[in-house]
Amino acid sequence: MEKFTILHGLVAPMDRANVDTDAIIPKQFLKSIKRSGFGPNLFDEWRYMDQGQPGMDNTKRVLNPNFVLNQARFQGAKVLLTRDNFGCGSSREHAPWAIEDYGFRVLIGTSFADIFFSNCFKNGLLPIKLPAAEVDALFDQVTVTPGYSLRIDLEAQTITRPDGKVIPFDVDPFRKYCLLNGFDDIGLTLRHAEKIREFESRRQAEQPWLFT
Amino acid sequence: MALHTLYEKLWNSHVVHEEDDGTALIYIDRHLVHEVTSPQAFEGLRLAGRKPWRTGSIVATADHNTPTDDWASGIKDPISRLQVETLDANIREVGAKAYFPFKDLRQGIVHVIGPENGATLPGMTVVCGDSHTSTHGAFACLAHGIGTSEVEHVMATQCLLQKKSKTLLIKVDGTLGKGVSAKDIILHVIGRIGTAGGTGYAMEFGGSAIRALSMEGRMTLCNMAIEAGARAGLVGVDEVTIEYLRGRDFAPKGDLWDKAVEYWRTLVSDHGAPFDRVVEIDARAILPQVTWGTSPEMVTTIDGTVPDPEKETDPVRREGYARALEYMGLTPRTPISSIKVDKVFIGSCTNSRIEDLREAASVVRGRQVADNIKLALVVPGSGLVKRQAEAEGLDKIFKAAGFDWREPGCSMCLAMNADRLEPGERCASTSNRNFEGRQGPGGRTHLVSPAMAAAAAIAGRFVDVREIL
Ligand code: SF4
Repeated sequence: MEKFTILHGLVAPMDRANVDTDAIIPKQFLKSIKRSGFGPNLFDEWRYMDQGQPGMDNTKRVLNPNFVLNQARFQGAKVLLTRDNFGCGSSREHAPWAIEDYGFRVLIGTSFADIFFSNCFKNGLLPIKLPAAEVDALFDQVTVTPGYSLRIDLEAQTITRPDGKVIPFDVDPFRKYCLLNGFDDIGLTLRHAEKIREFESRRQAEQPWLFT
Repeated sequence: MALHTLYEKLWNSHVVHEEDDGTALIYIDRHLVHEVTSPQAFEGLRLAGRKPWRTGSIVATADHNTPTDDWASGIKDPISRLQVETLDANIREVGAKAYFPFKDLRQGIVHVIGPENGATLPGMTVVCGDSHTSTHGAFACLAHGIGTSEVEHVMATQCLLQKKSKTLLIKVDGTLGKGVSAKDIILHVIGRIGTAGGTGYAMEFGGSAIRALSMEGRMTLCNMAIEAGARAGLVGVDEVTIEYLRGRDFAPKGDLWDKAVEYWRTLVSDHGAPFDRVVEIDARAILPQVTWGTSPEMVTTIDGTVPDPEKETDPVRREGYARALEYMGLTPRTPISSIKVDKVFIGSCTNSRIEDLREAASVVRGRQVADNIKLALVVPGSGLVKRQAEAEGLDKIFKAAGFDWREPGCSMCLAMNADRLEPGERCASTSNRNFEGRQGPGGRTHLVSPAMAAAAAIAGRFVDVREIL
């Protein structure tokens, strides 16, 4: 997993609530048995005028000019500004894979669906929850400011706006530690292998029917 | 003595290790695996040179991609076929407690096959790379949907990293009216608390109306807890739970059964245990529900009308409503009972069990599917459900009425196989998600109970099933 320390990135606004994972990456792309290459199909149904299928040459497809990520000023965006309950619906990890593959590293919004939220951290993405007033202000600013960028410092847990205002944010200490160091959860968990084995033997003795 | 909720009991009995910040390693008893979210996990294990920790915890099946008709010709879509074959190969390589591959008699939707084979037992932690894993909470299991990285993590370590959730009790008291089912309860709940209302909570269902439900009904409730934002749904153990499990294939037998039952009976929230939040609902006030929009919270009653976005004061909500109505091709203030449907889908892990089919068949019996219905599908949740339904003659009732009777699988719940809506088509569906494009690009989904879906097939439009019964 790629380390995350400080990011200075262009912001793109996704101004709708309840963006679900079916919208983030439509189901036809779930048939892949790989983890990468989902970026060109991020928000496929909103992004293109035709119906996307796996294996298509996405560079030849007609883009929907009204879709926000297709606008010239948001090309290369690294920060996605979102509304309530982003990432709801299906648990598909293809959603954060697609977001990461597209080039985003940070999501900022008022709330995220639980499974999506934890999937983000496992894929080097930093989802940040802010109070509604802060998010509203960011939407207002990004809409009227071409080239609007934010500086996100994970160690300090701060977002710095172009006007100098610093917004603090919360992040779970363990997830922060993993993200800062690019650690993968499995390796960390296996440090406790002995404890897991002990737990397992005890459980097997107490509830043998779980182990038949 | 401290009083504990069911969630706390399940949590406490599975903590292997806890970090200072409250992140805990939770031991996983049962790992359900299907073809869509597992290939990258197996691949990850191989790449890292890791071995699965306890393959005896794995129960696997192919369900999302499998066709529901013409099984003789196999899986025609090459990409779907590759995914299913990849699962076959992975299970062959690492092993499992049980695998129900494509065409196996016991193949079916992962959340149907777990409980019906007794692979889901009270007191377990159950995970699956699928959000509707919450279903299994009906058996007083701590059941979580997980992402593919977590699937890999569980395979490699038999543990999941979790933070403790808050607890929410949905207390439903009173008797449900005729024609009103578990599906109507949960749609009503989601309409009331919203799709993010349960975020951060484990949602336990209690009260006399829940105790009166069958295991099938309880599974329907817990299945859709995730649509209310709760990662886990829960119902405490009672006689209904125990009777359902008795004699199931993987359930304990003999002395072990007695020992297990004794323990299972403790898996209820202690009387008076404090919940972080309680929502009380009067069962008598619940009417048959129909969703009108593109989120399960966009729901009303059969005697209701499509809302008017202009009446919404919150701008984000107003926008959302307007967008949903445009997508759904509906005008404000249209009575729900005047909305015509093109297709009907009875199936999915929400409503494809034997009781659901019985309920639908009781409405259909002796009647005909309306002329304007292009396709009415019944897709049993598993091979075993299908066989049981056929033994009861339900297939004949459906077929005589003009329904298609299919092989088990996820089917038109998410349209990864050939069963789907065409753009603009409207469907009365017993599934759990009415998101844009969920049942096919441009398709319009209305979520309803099995009885309401059956009634819509007969009438060609939404109709109050209570008028038919
Ligand atoms: S039936 Fe639908 S919701 Fe259930 S597991 Fe299959 S695709 Fe998911």
